[in-house]
Amino acid sequence: MSTAETGSSRVKRGLAEMLKGGVIMDVVTPEQARIAEDAGAVAVMALERVPADIRAQGGVARMSDPDLIEAIIAEVSIPVMAKARIGHFVEAQVLQALDVDYIDESEVLSPADYVNHIDKWAFNTPFVCGATNLGEALRRINEGAAMIRSKGEAGTGDVSEATKHIRKITSEVNQLKSMTRDELYVAAKELQAPYDLVLEVAETGKLPVVLFTAGGVATPADAAMMMQLGADGVFVGSGIFKSGNPEARAAAVVKATTFYDDPSVIAEVSRGLGEAMVGINVGDLPAPHRLAERGW
Amino acid sequence: MTSLRDESLGAVDASGPRVGVLALQGDFREHARILGELGARVTLVRRPGDLEGIEGLVIPGGESSVMDKLARAFGLAEPLRERIRDGLHVYGTCAGLIMLADTLLDAIAGQESFGGLDVVVRRNAFGSQNQSFETDLEIPVLGERPLRAVFIRGPVVESVGPKATPIATLADGRVVAVEQGGLLGTSFHPEINGDTRFHEYFLSKLRSA
Repeated sequence: MSTAETGSSRVKRGLAEMLKGGVIMDVVTPEQARIAEDAGAVAVMALERVPADIRAQGGVARMSDPDLIEAIIAEVSIPVMAKARIGHFVEAQVLQALDVDYIDESEVLSPADYVNHIDKWAFNTPFVCGATNLGEALRRINEGAAMIRSKGEAGTGDVSEATKHIRKITSEVNQLKSMTRDELYVAAKELQAPYDLVLEVAETGKLPVVLFTAGGVATPADAAMMMQLGADGVFVGSGIFKSGNPEARAAAVVKATTFYDDPSVIAEVSRGLGEAMVGINVGDLPAPHRLAERGW
Repeated sequence: MTSLRDESLGAVDASGPRVGVLALQGDFREHARILGELGARVTLVRRPGDLEGIEGLVIPGGESSVMDKLARAFGLAEPLRERIRDGLHVYGTCAGLIMLADTLLDAIAGQESFGGLDVVVRRNAFGSQNQSFETDLEIPVLGERPLRAVFIRGPVVESVGPKATPIATLADGRVVAVEQGGLLGTSFHPEINGDTRFHEYFLSKLRSA
């Protein structure tokens, strides 16, 4: 191979590698995108409504208006991601045509297909997908996802589901590492994931792509905890712009993510941030309103 | 609980050169692992005190505007600038090349670099991720075999001052790797494709310094 090649796995997964140790922030206006970049976000997620508002207002949540996405791309120089509905390959085609840097096939929007996810190999733009466990992560990677984020429960400000999902994925990987070949065939069946990927995870002891954590992260300590639990980086959705002082909170979460293992830094940056987002306890959410259960 | 991240700093060779890897953000663990496997004694650098005793530094790929903010917020930028002026060997990939450039184009408002390389570097010179690519590059200082170079929203060297020397160019003539004494910068990411020749080259210059 001597010619230039775009859209290879290495190029798609490579951008996620460069985001590691960073914070990706949900933004709904170019002004918020500017605040995020100035605070040290490593990328922004362009949305019409943050998950907390989608949750509060209800209705069908869809891909954002192209004008909004383009205005956010024009405002910042860091990578811009945008969400397509699960299975909505035409929304994904539109996002690729808009030249976003990453497409999030996201359970935060209303699913467009209750059986199939998007065939992500068909795109030049890389995809990030949510997962609650290792089997789900490997199914998404098998479909072409170049980055995984554990789902958590978006729009709640309750980090408990994010904790559950990153712990689940980590413990399932660690279990595979201790298995013999013959046990891995059964593990692949039980995980409902392709054997080759299961074998790769067992041999390397990690996912073949970068793993971020998302869903309910609202404070610097939340972000640092996700990093200590083994995340490569953090998505913060409603947690920043639904708080009392987004500028200060965004910068504090960035610092806590880099110095995740230094409690004195986390203490310092947690001072005087004003009110955190109010939030909802996941236990108070009726099952049909739990977004993490979307995706199959 | 065991993290899935590769936290390895490679095999420890007590005689190898002490090399720091800037660990504020980005793919610093890939660099740390490769340097360790090549026999360097690797330390991760986040604070001014971490610079003590290092003979070389690698600045990884990542987001240059984030590295700049964190380096200044935690008091690392100024002491590092001084060490670079005093001859610290530094290799920067992608964002690392941006951090080493004396002059930046298309930086965010107020963005600063550490400087040292007598070059003008344009950030995100190829466009969005859809324009990111990999290609074979001839790099004479590394030998005849071309290097598969991966460019991820990469920068290019727009002009090379008298102190720096281009060591790799794209087919269209744009400069994507430069050298100046102990400083080395590439627009692309040898750390993510398993080719360790740039790291070996950096360490061999450090050993003979």
